[in-house]
Amino acid sequence: MSEVLLQADAVAKHFGGVRALRDVTLSIRRGEIYGLIGPNGAGKTTFFNCLTGLYVPDGGGFTFCGAPLVADAPQKAAARGIARTFQNIRLFGNMSALENVMVGRHVRTRAGVFGAMLRTAATRAEEAAIRQRAMELLHYVDIAERADDLAKNLSYGDQRRLEIARALATEPQLLCLDEPAAGMNATETAELRELIAGIRADGTTVLLIEHDVKLVMGLCDRVAVLDYGALVIEDVPAVVQKDQRVIEAYLGA
Amino acid sequence: MKNWLNPRSTAGIALISVALVALPFVAASGGQAWVRILDFAILYVFLALGLNIVVGFAGLLDLGYIAFYAVGAYAWALLASPHFGLHWPVWAILPIGAGLACVAGVLLGSPTLKLRGDYLAIVTLGFGEIVRIFMNNLNAPVNITNGPQGITLIDPVAFGAFRLSGNSQFFGLTLSGPQKYYFLLVALAIVVIVINLRLQHSRIGRAWQAIREDEIAAKAVGIDTRNIKLLAFAMGASFGGIAGGIFAAMQGFVSPESFSLIESVMVLAMVVLGGMGHIPGVILGAVLLSILPEALRYGVGPLQTALFGKQLVDPESLRMLVFGLALVLVMRFRPAGLWPSPERRRELQETAR
Repeated sequence: MSEVLLQADAVAKHFGGVRALRDVTLSIRRGEIYGLIGPNGAGKTTFFNCLTGLYVPDGGGFTFCGAPLVADAPQKAAARGIARTFQNIRLFGNMSALENVMVGRHVRTRAGVFGAMLRTAATRAEEAAIRQRAMELLHYVDIAERADDLAKNLSYGDQRRLEIARALATEPQLLCLDEPAAGMNATETAELRELIAGIRADGTTVLLIEHDVKLVMGLCDRVAVLDYGALVIEDVPAVVQKDQRVIEAYLGA
Repeated sequence: MKNWLNPRSTAGIALISVALVALPFVAASGGQAWVRILDFAILYVFLALGLNIVVGFAGLLDLGYIAFYAVGAYAWALLASPHFGLHWPVWAILPIGAGLACVAGVLLGSPTLKLRGDYLAIVTLGFGEIVRIFMNNLNAPVNITNGPQGITLIDPVAFGAFRLSGNSQFFGLTLSGPQKYYFLLVALAIVVIVINLRLQHSRIGRAWQAIREDEIAAKAVGIDTRNIKLLAFAMGASFGGIAGGIFAAMQGFVSPESFSLIESVMVLAMVVLGGMGHIPGVILGAVLLSILPEALRYGVGPLQTALFGKQLVDPESLRMLVFGLALVLVMRFRPAGLWPSPERRRELQETAR
């Protein structure tokens, strides 16, 4: 069995009286595609937000790459190597596609104010490297020809791809995708599936929230099911699909 | 834009340079008052570009910007006047003024980091007033700022024995004080323009823009929004401090009255009216808004006499009326500013559709 990349240990989160996450314990192994499914309101996105530092869990915690993840701020999670996309796409709308990805390089680059003002050799070299890497990533997600278009003018599917490229620019070890196939047609979903499989093949572990059961079951190595904030089961798709509790709570008969 | 005006072409640079050099001599033919107006126009360009970092780049609405200008001005006034008997040289005072303003910027920035839009505007507005009231009241028990009387007899900018006040001779050419300040201010303005341009297209500039667009997404890609916002406040404040120092030296006199809320609003109006975040637009806005009121001051009175044979309306009140009307019209018909960046123009057109 391969090494555990992320261990969630009894993660709990409540909003007032609502217990959005009830002691969720699960582990994601390096190099796998891990699916997180469950009915609306089951706590999937809350789990994401706790993991990526947007929320601070009320109980439990995460171990990432063998060290505790103290992500009380999103930028710390990003610096540790956890990148995410958002369920409702959050791009920098009035920046070009290329600039969006270049912003993603921020956390892995260093140039400061004085470097920028004096335009030192190091700054110029770094800037060129940022631009080049961003362009490569646009090619990688196959939207390079839209590099100079404003992000908000891209088609829906391309915006999803751009958000993935921006997340990849932070050089994540774990890429968290929040419903990347939402609103996509069959062709776009098939292309997205290929892209995610490719990202994994290139060495990035993927955590996927998705409602498209076919996509999840076909793509993921293991799947966790949440219901009312609690973990129902964590196993390979074949087992999850046959689990009586999952069928009742989510899949339907 | 027409090619010969393009600041990137050699011809464009030559033309703009010639115009900049000739301007104070042309203005002097109308009297030194016009050169002084020109000086203030460039000082406002400098100020507006400093505020542009905060408002235009990082998207933080700052209504108290003049406070940093005040800090810089008082720093100069206290360190180079008979008030404390100190007469420090320019290369010491300007950095100190900028540094103090920078500290003030961080002081204002840190408690307001979580605020946005209207809320931030209110807090910064309060901050601006606090600084002004401090200047007004710090004359007792220990007299630091000399209160509402202000500080007089402030030293002019001087490099060694060469003073920027009074006339001096250059190759048979007589340069007046305001003309010399003009060239100093132009040099400073060019520096701040270059810094603005370079910052805009840098890692830091992109981070500012990202925060302006979507702060949560900016955090999620790993931008430390706290530090990056503080940086914007600190940088904008430093430029305000430098401008304030030059202002004090040029006027020879500072008092709290010069740093009222309306001044903050004016500088903000320059940024917004010109085209937020777009450097040529901000320059245009600053020049127009500082020269227009003066032109009206000198133009409205004589015009009335010529038309009606007497003064119907007090020129001073008419000036503000015309000025206000101009602002309203610009915001109604060119909401992105007079000279917006191409992206911002597109953005507004799309929202309107």
